[in-house]
Amino acid sequence: MMGPETHLGFGSPPREKMESLVLSDVASDYRSAMSSSLSAVVDGCDPLLSLPSPLSTSAAASSSSSFVDPPSYADVVFSPLDSQNGAAPDRPSLRRDSSSPRSDRAAASEYAKITVSDPQKEQDAVNSLVPGGGTYVTYLITSRTRAGGAEFRVRRRFRDVVTLADRLAEAYRGYFIQPRPDKNVVESQVMQKHEFVEQRRSAIEKYLWRLSVHPVIGKSEELRAFLQAQGKLPLPTSTDVASRMLDGAVRLPKQLFGEGPAGYVTPQDAVQPAKGGRDLLRIFKELKQSVANDWGVAKPPVVEEDKEFLERKEKMQDLEQQLSMASQQAEVLVKAQQDIGETMGQLGLAFIKLTKFETEEAIYNSQRVRATDAKCLATAAVKASRLYRELNAQTVKHLDTLHEYLGLMLAVQGAFSDRASALLTVQTLMSDLTSLHTRIDKLEAASSKIFGGDRSRMRKVEELKETIRVTEDAKCCALREYERIKESYLLWLC
Amino acid sequence: MISPQRSPPGSSSQSPRSPSAPPFLSVTVTDPVKLGNGVQAYISYRVITKTNLPEYQGPEKIVIRRYSDFVWLHDRLAEKYRGIFIPPLPEKSAVEKFRFSAEFIEMRRQALDIFINRIASHPQLKQSEDLRTFLQEDEETMERARSQETGIFKKKPADLIQIFKDVQSKVSDVVLGKEKPVEESNPEYEKLKHYIFELEDHLAEAQRQAYRLVKRHRELGQSLSDFGKAIKLLGACEGDSLGKVFADLGSKSELLSIKLQKEAHNLLMNFEEPLKDYVRAVQSIKATMVDRANAFRQQCELAETTKLKEINLDKLMLMRSEKAMEAEIEYKELKAESEEATRRFETIVKLMSEEMVRFQEQKTADLGLAFHEFAKGQAKLANEIADAWRSLVPKLDACSPSLCS
Repeated sequence: MMGPETHLGFGSPPREKMESLVLSDVASDYRSAMSSSLSAVVDGCDPLLSLPSPLSTSAAASSSSSFVDPPSYADVVFSPLDSQNGAAPDRPSLRRDSSSPRSDRAAASEYAKITVSDPQKEQDAVNSLVPGGGTYVTYLITSRTRAGGAEFRVRRRFRDVVTLADRLAEAYRGYFIQPRPDKNVVESQVMQKHEFVEQRRSAIEKYLWRLSVHPVIGKSEELRAFLQAQGKLPLPTSTDVASRMLDGAVRLPKQLFGEGPAGYVTPQDAVQPAKGGRDLLRIFKELKQSVANDWGVAKPPVVEEDKEFLERKEKMQDLEQQLSMASQQAEVLVKAQQDIGETMGQLGLAFIKLTKFETEEAIYNSQRVRATDAKCLATAAVKASRLYRELNAQTVKHLDTLHEYLGLMLAVQGAFSDRASALLTVQTLMSDLTSLHTRIDKLEAASSKIFGGDRSRMRKVEELKETIRVTEDAKCCALREYERIKESYLLWLC
Repeated sequence: MISPQRSPPGSSSQSPRSPSAPPFLSVTVTDPVKLGNGVQAYISYRVITKTNLPEYQGPEKIVIRRYSDFVWLHDRLAEKYRGIFIPPLPEKSAVEKFRFSAEFIEMRRQALDIFINRIASHPQLKQSEDLRTFLQEDEETMERARSQETGIFKKKPADLIQIFKDVQSKVSDVVLGKEKPVEESNPEYEKLKHYIFELEDHLAEAQRQAYRLVKRHRELGQSLSDFGKAIKLLGACEGDSLGKVFADLGSKSELLSIKLQKEAHNLLMNFEEPLKDYVRAVQSIKATMVDRANAFRQQCELAETTKLKEINLDKLMLMRSEKAMEAEIEYKELKAESEEATRRFETIVKLMSEEMVRFQEQKTADLGLAFHEFAKGQAKLANEIADAWRSLVPKLDACSPSLCS
């Protein structure tokens, strides 16, 4: 009935081609089994069942037949990401995981280990205005220094982390600082409490670790205070934007009417950027300056001259763009892998149902044979689906680094803008000085025309000279700050 | 009345001409070419027949045929060989845009090739005169033949619905007081009908998932390609050795993308298409079931009419009416028709049972091969992916100590 030339398949491959594949021996066995099975069908024996080993391994294990190196992957499969934290030097078996470059940095860090654990709910002492508020979560932070080896344990809440981040940003202007974990206000309401706390715990741990391996910040007092000071966090807290703006609005009229100290920038203020502060007038002035820089005819006396810096800045922007692209594509890739795993699983399921059906309804032996084949395929497909899922878990873990770097790029941008705003402050103050000198000259010229001098004008001149003195100081501070930032940048280059 | 050609089952036509060489008939459908313009454009195929059978004009013959010619052949065979599962044809394409895509054309060509070869290897079908016409006549004759048959013999959707109702809604008919449709009360056949209907559902689901899997392969391939490009660009931002490694990673990614697209095509042609073919085959069986139901109904109706006529005739003969002569002739004619209808029905029943065995065995073989192709393709792909990434690891290891903080 089935002569050799009438075996119709869909593009049945010639024998030679099949020999050259990895599965060649098994393949030819299968084909001969197939053709012999057809003639043997009448006898009722089922060669597929009598050849379990080569066929089942080929069908079921074909996707894993050449898995080399199971050990190094098996270790890494589902180990949580934060176990790499500080544990990298302790786990030499993780040869090929991504923390190996970080372990070099870890060796240089001041802290041997930082762990965040044991989230607990605590009650606010003061009655909160927000209904349902008043409770918050604290985390136990355990750290050990590399030097003494002494272990410190403190309890901190997320608000403390925000404070730490803000103080560091102020104190270390111009440095690339790891961005802190998001507040995630929406997610904290929407997500399951337990999941959200876990997500936050892990994020805090990663953040603290990154800070500790930073060559400058790792040694900072702020970080030390956070990790070691018992009781309340001894850092000044940040105020929110609304109250700052309110304060600024209150001061503004005084500033505009030039009354004394409220009218100019003090040296200590000059060291901080204008944006986050309460000095609205200063914000306006700096804005005016930046517009003059862009559109004005005269070049400001101090400009960004470091060509290498400018080149680097451009490179950084380019890098950020490419990172963002790569990160996006990584997300698409992860989704595609997830989809293929899912569909493979559903295919397996469909064939399992088919197998069950055929086995139940089987009248002919050929049906049973077919059902067995389908079952092999189904089993293999379901296994493959599971493997795809594991692959994806790995992929997500490793490609996540792209996302982290993207977060770091934000810090880089922050550092650049710090530098730019410091420069702007210097430029603004210099413009101020110039205009102040001009006013003095005008007043003096006008008053010299009046016989005996103009008392009110002279008084004004005195005030202006005072202002100039303070502003000169401020300008020096600002200039120093700007130079400092430039130097810290150079530190970063190596 | 069209009488089916019959030959003893299982015997292939022995050719007395060349007793030494076994008789063979092999057909290839190849070389699709787009002809015509605009709306009337169509694809033509080259059909090459190689044979040593005496009924054919020579050892080799090449003709040009189009899809509607295949449809003509299918319909003629379905008319003449009731009871035999006619090999299924690939579907007409519903979407205009898709009709001339390379993939669609290739899938159709493959399906047509299998179709014609199944006919050529079927013990009864291969002796069909229509097959010979199809394989040998020139294009004009073919066109004439095609335009004569304007689908009067086509299976009407109403018939398929009827058999569906037969299977599903016996109870409702009784409840509604309708006269129960005449049907067989063969429990084995009932089981078979039930099996075929459920089988179609399962197969359709499997084929759907298979098609989705093909799409997933394509999507993964595309995303790997995009990812590779992005990584290459990212590497360009970095320094020399790190940048080079990124470039390597990107290239490997793009390479794998190509392999995935190839595997997607392989999956489509060698796994999804066989499953689709299986679904079509089951639908062809359903069509035969319709034939069988019709034949049964005809047989019953004729038997009843004959019986009535017989009673009437006896009455007339008793009354010694002059109409008795006429009635007797009518009765004899009717009886012959009834016997013919019974013969036809019984032929269908017999053929069907043989065909079922054949069908099951062929499907096992076809599916076995399709599964094998699937496993092979996936294993090859997985090996290639593993090799590609593995080859990258030593380069990455070499680079990693140079990564400074």
